[in-house]
Order: sequence, then structure tokens, then C-alpha cells
Amino acid sequence: MMNNPPEGTPAPAVHARSLTVVRGSRPVLRNLDFDVPPGQITGLLGPSGCGKSTLMRAVVGTQAKVTGTLDVLGRPAGHAALRSRIGYVTQAPSVYDDLTVRQNLDYFAAVLDPGRAAAERRRRHVSQALADVDLAAHAGDLAGRLSGGQRSRVSLAVALLGAPELLVLDEPTVGLDPVLRRDLWDLFHRIAAERGTTILVSSHVMDEAERCHRLLLLREGELLADDTPEALRRRNDTATVEDAFLHLVDTANALQETAR
Amino acid sequence: MNAHTTPTTVPATVSAPRLAHSLSRILATATRVLRQLRHDPRSIALMLLVPCLMLFLLRYVFDGSPQTFDAIGASLLGIFPLITMFLITSIATLRERTSGTLERLLAMPLGKADLIAGYALAFGLLAVVQSALATGLAVWFLGLDVVGSAWLLLLVALLDALLGTALGLFVSAFAASEFQAVQFMPAVIFPQLLLCGLFTARDNMQPVLEGISNVLPMSYAVDGMNEVLRHTDVTADFLRDVLVVSACALLVLSLGAATLRRRTA
Repeated sequence: MMNNPPEGTPAPAVHARSLTVVRGSRPVLRNLDFDVPPGQITGLLGPSGCGKSTLMRAVVGTQAKVTGTLDVLGRPAGHAALRSRIGYVTQAPSVYDDLTVRQNLDYFAAVLDPGRAAAERRRRHVSQALADVDLAAHAGDLAGRLSGGQRSRVSLAVALLGAPELLVLDEPTVGLDPVLRRDLWDLFHRIAAERGTTILVSSHVMDEAERCHRLLLLREGELLADDTPEALRRRNDTATVEDAFLHLVDTANALQETAR
Repeated sequence: MNAHTTPTTVPATVSAPRLAHSLSRILATATRVLRQLRHDPRSIALMLLVPCLMLFLLRYVFDGSPQTFDAIGASLLGIFPLITMFLITSIATLRERTSGTLERLLAMPLGKADLIAGYALAFGLLAVVQSALATGLAVWFLGLDVVGSAWLLLLVALLDALLGTALGLFVSAFAASEFQAVQFMPAVIFPQLLLCGLFTARDNMQPVLEGISNVLPMSYAVDGMNEVLRHTDVTADFLRDVLVVSACALLVLSLGAATLRRRTA
């Protein structure tokens, strides 16, 4: 096939060609072409409303009206076989407020890896996920009684269950204090390095962009850039990714003005 | 590549563990729903005690005419589980939709039927307890005069609860908020309540209304209760009622399953 990568390069974890998503009658994502390399952290950046969440939902397979090519872990996005291989964290923490942290994890673990024979493995996965997000001390607390940052970490722990090959994280560090944010990014790097997990993470905090291996810059449903943070800074001759991003957005806006 | 077609014998060997997985996911879901409820003891108390209180009130409201209490009491034993389960299912599934947990579950390897069956199992168990309490109270303490078996009363109550669960699940797809979900109760339940034969025999109604009452499931729920009230053995009408209520519940449950979409706009 034409799109096959050359010998030696691993197949991309996410492979998109002329990916378009329509909501209502409005296109939210327009003709995106990009690849997400496996085992790395790819940051998805852009102003709010630019289509970050829609792109993540398309990758996970919960977004309707997706056209073009979108392959995830070698299968079309949304394929039933992918459901246990992808961990997904929505922007708002999606956990049961009237269950304890451990009960939440127990339930989702039982959905992912059912059966009595797997009970021991599930118990291990739950403890591992609790330790990963540093919530072991709160395992017996009701999720609804936790602070906002703790609840979003419960949501993250659910996504970590069963060591998924691809983690899709929609703004996982929103509302967290700097210490927790640093700890979570350390965790993301550890997971990518030790478990070979591919991470697709969205953010609008630009200093987090510097911690990604690759960046996808999105603006009004179109890709402005698809590069490493270093290359972005070099190409735009800026000191930070934030400046590079602003430079690219300003250029795009100016182009749009003159076209009018 | 793994494009080679697998031999046709493989799905047959795969289906047994798949069924087992499906069953354990249903059990896990039911356990989760019951655990959620356990953190809310006030709701459980309301669910179990309000029907008993209503029956108690009714018994002494109709102190002078025990026959009226017999007729209305038996009908209510069928109506309570339907209404309670309708309410809690519609709110519970709506919460599941708005909290994002439904989207998360449907992005996991959980069948829609497994989710629905899990809910039906959990609320079904609750309905058994509720109906057992209400039936026991009515028959043994309030002197409800039932000719048939109390077990049959319980069976109809359970099917009614299932119908309520089904209706609640279906309706929750059309409610954008808990406020709207509660408003669906008068819209879906009250017309059936008026037409089910609780207030007056259905053949006394204006013919058009009688026609409508013939296609509403609650009419059969109440009919079934009254059959047990009046006959010692299982009558043909009773079987018809039980079949109609079960079929309606299954139909609405599958309609409800169709409203759970893995992909949404």
C-alpha cells in the first residue's frame, strides 16, 4: 500500500487522511492529515473551540459524522476490538459521584476485564491505577466528596486501568495546582517510556506543550503545524512554543483578512 | 497481515466465554447500581415505605367499604412498582448520560444490552423487595381479600416494575435535564393512570377512551392484578395480561437500547 511507512519505521498509532467532522451543518474539522507516532506524547493544542475535543472523540470512536481515513492502532477508529485498547479521559471527570474511588475503579475494571478468573488481575490493575494517580489514601472516599483535582485524577485512573496502548486525555490538568500538574506530566512520561503507551493529550496551557514529543496545533478545525516543539521554535524563530503558536495564529489571521 | 479469514468454527468456541463475559458485566453493572443506591439510604427508604404508607392510608380512607379497598388496593399493587421504577430509572439513566459515564462505558467493551440488563436486574431486585413488602402488608395486615395466590400478585408486580424500568429508560433519552425527566411522569404515566380502570371499569368509558385504554400497557398491569384478586387459579385473561405486559416491557427496552448511541454529535 502507498501509505505504508518505510521499513524500520513503526506504524503510526493514529493515522488520519482528509479527516473531516461535521456537527450540525458546520464542519468542525476540515481535511486533517496527520500521524501520531507510537510510544510518544503528542500534544494537541489550540484555542478553545478549535476542535480539540471533537478530534479526540473521533479517535476514541464516540464522534458521529466522521469522514475520511482515521485508523487507530491499525484499525478504523471506533472498531469494537479497540474498545479495550484505548483509555479515554473526557474534559469533565466522568465517574460516579455516589461511589467510592475504589468502587468506581472496581466497576470499570470489571467491564474491561470481566470474569471471576480475572479477579486477581483486576485487583492488581486497580491498585496500580490508584498508585499511579496518587489516590491510594483516598480509595475509600466517595468520589463526590473529593476536590475537583482529585476527581479528575479518579477519572484518569479509570483510563489507566488495564494498561491501554493508547491514552486519549482531554485537558487532564485543568484546574490542578502546579505541583500536581508537574507530577501528572512526570507520570505521562513514565507511562510512555516504561509501558510504551502512546499518549494524545490536549491542553491550552502552553508551557505543557514544551513537555510533549510532538505537537499538533489546531485552529478553527485546521492544522496549523505538526512538528516537534524544538522544530516549531526554530522554524518560527521564537524562544517558546507559545510565541511560535501566536506567530502562526497571527499569520493565519492576517492571511484570512487579506483574502476577504 | 491478519486479514486471513478465520475458520467458521472459531465463533462457535468464542461464543461461550463471550456469553460468560456478558453475564459478568451484567452482574457488575447491577452491583454498581445497587452500591450507588446504598450510598443513598433515604431514597431506598422512600422507595420501600411510601407504597406501604399509601396502602395503609387507603385502607382507612375506605374504612366503610372494604370492597372498594380490595379493588383499588390490588390495582395499586400493580401501579406502585411501575411508577417508582419509571422515576428512578429515568433519573438514573439521565444522570449516566449527563455525567459522561455513559459515553465512557460505551467507549469500553460493554454491550448496550449488558448495560440495560444490569439496570433491569438491579431495579428488578428492588422491585421484588418493594412488592413483597406492599403485598405482605396489604394481604396479611390490612385484610386485602385476594382469592388467588399472593405469588401471582408478586409476579405481576415484578413485570410491572420491569415495564416501568423500560419506560423510564426510553423516556430519559428525550429529557435534557432532570427537570424535564420528572415532567415526563405526568405526561407518560398520568394518562395511563386515568385510563387503566382504577377509577372506573374500562368498559364504562367513552368508546374512544376505552379503545385507547386497550392499547396502553398499564391497563393490562391492573387487569392482571384484578384477575388474581377474583380467581383462585390462573385464568386465560391473566395469561394474556402477563404476556402483554412482558411483551411491552421487552419492546420498550429494545427501543431504549436503540437510544443509547456509541457515536454522538
